Amino acid sequence: MEVTLRILRYDPDLDKAPHWETYKVGVDPMDRVLDLLIKVKAEQDGSLSFRRSCGHGICGSDAMFINGRNRLACRIRVDQLGKKISVAPLPGLPVVKDMIVDMDGFFGKYRSVKPYLINDKPEPERERRQSQADRAKYDDTTKCILCAACTTSCPSFWARPEYVGPAAIVQAHRFIFDTRDEGAAERLEILADEDGVWRCRTIFNCVEACPRGINITKAILEVSSAIVGQRG
Amino acid sequence: MDHPYDAIVVGAGGAGLWAALELAREGVNTAVLTKLYPTRSHTGTAQGGVCAALGNLEEDHWEWHMFDTVKGGDYLVDQDAAEVLTKEAIETVVELEHMGLPFNRTAEGKIDQRRFGGHTSNYGEAPVRRACFAADRTGHMILQTLYQQCIKHGVKFFDEFQVVDLLFDGGEPDKGGRAAGVVAQRLADGQLHTFRAKAVLLATGGFGRMFRITSNAHSLTGDGVALCYRHGIPLQDMEFFQFHPTGIVGIGILLSEAARGEGGTLLNDKGERFMKDYAPKLMELAPRDMVSRAMYQEIRAGRGIGGKDYVYLDVRHLGRKVIEEKLPDITDFARIYQGVEPLKEPVPVQPTAHYAMGGIPTNVNSEVVRDDKGTVVPGLFAAGECACVSVHGANRLGTNSLVDLLVFGRRAGRQMARYAGRVERPLPIADAVEPVRAELEAIRGRTAGGESVATIRAALQDVMMDNVGVYRDAKLLTEALAKVVELKGRYQQITITDCGSVFNTELLEAQELGYLLDIAHVTVASALARTESRGAHSREDFPERDDKKWLKHTLAYQGKDGPTLRYKQVSITRFQPKPRIY
Repeated sequence: MEVTLRILRYDPDLDKAPHWETYKVGVDPMDRVLDLLIKVKAEQDGSLSFRRSCGHGICGSDAMFINGRNRLACRIRVDQLGKKISVAPLPGLPVVKDMIVDMDGFFGKYRSVKPYLINDKPEPERERRQSQADRAKYDDTTKCILCAACTTSCPSFWARPEYVGPAAIVQAHRFIFDTRDEGAAERLEILADEDGVWRCRTIFNCVEACPRGINITKAILEVSSAIVGQRG
Repeated sequence: MDHPYDAIVVGAGGAGLWAALELAREGVNTAVLTKLYPTRSHTGTAQGGVCAALGNLEEDHWEWHMFDTVKGGDYLVDQDAAEVLTKEAIETVVELEHMGLPFNRTAEGKIDQRRFGGHTSNYGEAPVRRACFAADRTGHMILQTLYQQCIKHGVKFFDEFQVVDLLFDGGEPDKGGRAAGVVAQRLADGQLHTFRAKAVLLATGGFGRMFRITSNAHSLTGDGVALCYRHGIPLQDMEFFQFHPTGIVGIGILLSEAARGEGGTLLNDKGERFMKDYAPKLMELAPRDMVSRAMYQEIRAGRGIGGKDYVYLDVRHLGRKVIEEKLPDITDFARIYQGVEPLKEPVPVQPTAHYAMGGIPTNVNSEVVRDDKGTVVPGLFAAGECACVSVHGANRLGTNSLVDLLVFGRRAGRQMARYAGRVERPLPIADAVEPVRAELEAIRGRTAGGESVATIRAALQDVMMDNVGVYRDAKLLTEALAKVVELKGRYQQITITDCGSVFNTELLEAQELGYLLDIAHVTVASALARTESRGAHSREDFPERDDKKWLKHTLAYQGKDGPTLRYKQVSITRFQPKPRIY
């Protein structure tokens, strides 16, 4: 079958502003949008630029705005989208070229929540023990691949780019609810800031956008409750 | 722009990140260069587990793990290295837990362990629970955990910097030169930068992208491996490339061996568990090379599903709870990429190009060695899939890739810290970037007339898949050799359309294709010369293993008219070669 693929193109060396280009592409219904982009680059325009690596939803390189929603290009098939497909870079981040956005601010927010285990106690000779029930408390948030689909789908982030955003909160949650970690108080203080968890308006865009199926809003609410609990 | 450091790490997968962490802990001034963002590295896609003889669920010993590794590698494994690997696996896995890795837990709260192909108790008796895991995203959790620790320790990262050349001080490596740094291109603006250092680690991963059907990321193009080769460092055992049995049909995305570790079965068109005819003791948990060959045999005998070129992986009998808790990602892959519901239907699978056993020769301290006597290239290190130490021999066991990159990434970092403490930093090299600049300008200058990157790459991937796959013979390999040489000639006239400087991914892909062509050339030449069948190298015209002639490692040097082959002894300490029966 043939699809009509519209791509929002931008090359800072050539263009004053982004503009739409249309491509006709012969595809198999089981092809993913990433396959289409690779095909356009191979057969029609070698300058089309996008990030990609693993090609199966684990590395988080190819989050884009596809038919009105943030998704990973390697995880969405043609037969799920139909014959008209539009692709644009993630909203709310500076565009560098075509689908490539500047991720430095996003990773800066990730680093700001101390995304690493904090525990200064001497380590035992073997593993620290953790019950299966305690392990389950933060299982969901360990799945995050830092693709930025959630943060860049969030109206609170669009309105105020200083908002730490759902991805960073998910990463903080992963440690706050890990029984081996002792840094919860520091992280909760960071997230209690005016640009922390309170900016979440439970719009659920993030949950819809997450390619890993993480219940992000639930994680944010658990973090908010922990802040309230700590203050009480 | 010149950046003086004491240590440079190229690649931010598991090996590179652990080395960087060790260097940071030792206070060595270190920079990590990666052509991606660190969390995009391919370590993150490893699924099933990381083996270590913790014995959390049943008796286990590192000696058993070592034996399995040696036998799994069809006795081409260097046994001194395999001893280091399997002993240190235990402490590295425990250290990962201390860093916060969220392993699945046993009822007692210990690290949970599952069965995996070729891993047995008591020197081959029965499958043993040795693979430590975090659901089926073990690699993702390893990559995340190590990156988190690097952030904690303030490691300096240069993200999206593509390394394009290696620098040496006092001559090229074969003249006794030592590593002096790297040249890298910043993808954001195309500028060339020089990174000067005492110690350089290559942790650039594999090169499965030379095959059409592969589990490997698009970025796995063997950059560090090819750069070594071009600087006169030999490549070891490149004829051994693993085809993983259970790839998604047509696209190669991996369905982890964990599916079989948890009890999944392989079925032919008659619904038979055909592995009973090939490995009656271990069945589906035989090593990957044997399972992939068995699948091909079934397909050739007309017992592929509907007579086609695939078989079934069946996990239905495991039940929803096991599938959802222990195999969530791979069931998701089957749903998305194949439109199959594994809870209700068997999943079509076929072998997919997966892992390079060969690579840059190293010793147990992860130092690069350049000849059969173990002569070290001072200051140059390699670890992970790009290196060949050699713990995988002719065929790697499942999970041992992660064990390899953890153990030898850690060792690299420690050895680099010691080395950097006792030598002076090399002086700036005049015109260091000029050879690369000329090369890049030549590609960029040809904007009409030649073929595209995509055309030549597809031709390479086709010939490697069709002629240099699971089964090989002299005719197929001779054809492949001629084709690769022809493609290298056509590559010289390649044309790109993107003339820009910002994220010129077409130019990047052109360079990567150049690396793949060199690596493919070495692979084919090494495979044609080895007239025996061992591990993943299966010659239909020489079906037997021949220890008398071929119990030796290949070393391929760049020569004027293609690779020049030499050989090197295998280290045998504990286990004498025996027939390989499972």
